[in-house]
Amino acid sequence: MLVLLKALIQLPGLSGYEGPVQRRMRAEWEPLSDEVRVGRIGSLYATMRGSGQEPRKSVMLAAHMDAIGLMASELVDGFIRAAPIGGLDARVLPGQPVIVHGRRDLPGIVVQPPMHILPEDLRRKPIPLKYLLVDVGLPNPARVVRPGDLISFAQPPTELGEDVLSGHSLDNRASLVAITECLRELGRREHGWDVLAVATVQEEETFAGAYAAGFELKPSVAVAVDVTWARGPELPEHKTFPLGKGPTNGWGPNMHPGIYSALEAAAKRVEIPLTREVLPANCGTDAFALQIAGEGLPTGLISIPLKYMHTPVEVVSLKDVRRTGRLLAEFVAGLDADFMDTLSWD
Amino acid sequence: MGLNSPIPARPSAAHLRLLKRLSEAVGIPGSESEVRKIIRAHIEPFADELRTDAMGNLLVIRKGPGRRRLRVMLAAHMDEVGFMVISVGSEGELKFETVGGLDPRQLLGKPVWVGKDRLPGVIGGKPVHLATREELKQTVKVESMAIDIGVSKKETAEGKVEAGAGATFATPFRRIRGMVRGKALDDRMGVAILAELLEHPPEGIELQAAFTVQEEVGLRGARIAAHALNPEVAIVLDCTPARDLPAWDGEENTQYNAKLGLGPAIYVADARTLAHPGMLRHLVHTAESSGIPYQIRQPGGGGTDAGAIHLTREGIPSISVSVPARYIHTACSIATVSDWRNTVRLVHAAVSGLSVSVLGR
Repeated sequence: MLVLLKALIQLPGLSGYEGPVQRRMRAEWEPLSDEVRVGRIGSLYATMRGSGQEPRKSVMLAAHMDAIGLMASELVDGFIRAAPIGGLDARVLPGQPVIVHGRRDLPGIVVQPPMHILPEDLRRKPIPLKYLLVDVGLPNPARVVRPGDLISFAQPPTELGEDVLSGHSLDNRASLVAITECLRELGRREHGWDVLAVATVQEEETFAGAYAAGFELKPSVAVAVDVTWARGPELPEHKTFPLGKGPTNGWGPNMHPGIYSALEAAAKRVEIPLTREVLPANCGTDAFALQIAGEGLPTGLISIPLKYMHTPVEVVSLKDVRRTGRLLAEFVAGLDADFMDTLSWD
Repeated sequence: MGLNSPIPARPSAAHLRLLKRLSEAVGIPGSESEVRKIIRAHIEPFADELRTDAMGNLLVIRKGPGRRRLRVMLAAHMDEVGFMVISVGSEGELKFETVGGLDPRQLLGKPVWVGKDRLPGVIGGKPVHLATREELKQTVKVESMAIDIGVSKKETAEGKVEAGAGATFATPFRRIRGMVRGKALDDRMGVAILAELLEHPPEGIELQAAFTVQEEVGLRGARIAAHALNPEVAIVLDCTPARDLPAWDGEENTQYNAKLGLGPAIYVADARTLAHPGMLRHLVHTAESSGIPYQIRQPGGGGTDAGAIHLTREGIPSISVSVPARYIHTACSIATVSDWRNTVRLVHAAVSGLSVSVLGR
């Protein structure tokens, strides 16, 4: 599991350009499922048939595979200026190693230019992205790099203290690994429903992958798997969840209360701590899109706490990833032929 | 430089390995032990005398044959800017302070190595989703940062790290085509150059190599090293910032300090030292007559160990020669292989046969 997660976070796969992750996940899911295909806008769909009688119900487990990063916007005297892909705080960028995906991959660094060549009023202030540069150490990168080329983070993964991994793009590759763990477990146990494992594209920008997947696959129910804010210094307690103490179960208008309850019941059965995460409006995950995909889907959301989200040193507890996989498997295995009849908003 | 120079223009695999080990070593001021061990093991076979002094400077003499030889001190500092753990917080986070000149804007989102055992950690940053618009416009203060070593309990963290442990950025060294990239090139680059000069000592002088401590916190090691060695002339080998980036508004950047790839940067004046004019003339003459590229570092601020050395005893004629490097004092600096090699060649050529006559004013 750790090997897969480390491999996944070292693949680029920025929003809109998820190819490298899609291929790796395909290789991972093919032996675990009955059929794997790629949807029209690039999401990966793996079907694992259930043992129930046809027509069988199906449950979608969706995690986005795209990552945040940068895109070359301008070349200036041998240096590259960049624009953001996804939500980025420019304050974490100076000094970050990156790979510029030009005609060939170039290792580079995001750099903060010296103060004497920056606007006077930024003297002690954070330097906005538009003033930062990427240095690839080439006198004339214009031959290799063009505006529009992708720039991905290159901070290597680091294993920390207690069963914890740090690196970039753990949002949301950690959830892909959790779904993979779930498929592995379901391979060993009885489940009536079909399972549709989905790695979606473009979550960090437009949720395009989730909208399309919900429409194309028309599952009976869907569960999005994503990351949430782990507790840390100087963060509000009411919006954050302790690392290593289990995943969260999304509660709010984007989530169907019946799915919520089924997930909660599954967690109780396997004694996995599952905390309610209250999301009063847009939950900011694929669940937001899945709920209104096609004719609409009863949707749930399971999230893995993650520290330092959207920095190149995100931190996740591997225990939480494993628990999430087990929880999803238990939830799927518990879906019986009558489940849809019991599903109600009231 | 003639073809018979013992200094190869391309770095040998062994010298690249040495530079990599030095760059990746953890050695904040006062905790230079890892660097010292690497150097000591490397240069021991070439030393006539070798000792570690009261502060931890590693002093190495290579005498050469003959009696009365000019005593030439070459110095490079072993320490680097970094962090020191001040206390362990209630959730196992390590509160720290910076040691040496570090811009707090360079710290967020970086992996670090903590302590002698190089425990991996990260300096996290607030999720952008939870930061207010106002917060995003403010620099995060070091007091608000912490090193996360992946434990959640104070007791667990205390079992792994003690207050007072040093830490540095955890940056793997890489050679990328004509570049080298890594942390602490300031001044492990100078350290590597000095080690190589001990292997291939310039002829006709007594070489006094000082691998100094605590440069980044006030040129402290160099002062006592110079006192003990009592040289007749000193050259400091350091790394100087190449600020040769394009200005935001398209104006010409005239205050670049030094430029990458133009050769060793010879100092005329910085905030701590006026270079000895005889040595300045000699270095320029050597470079020009040997066809070694060089540049004059733009006079201005900053300081090297020369600032302490030239004030020692009855005064020691001193000058600095630096390898230009971009982004020193950050997680990842860049220098060129050609500037590195040309610095070794220049210093070797200039010191070979150096006589007291160049020290006239």
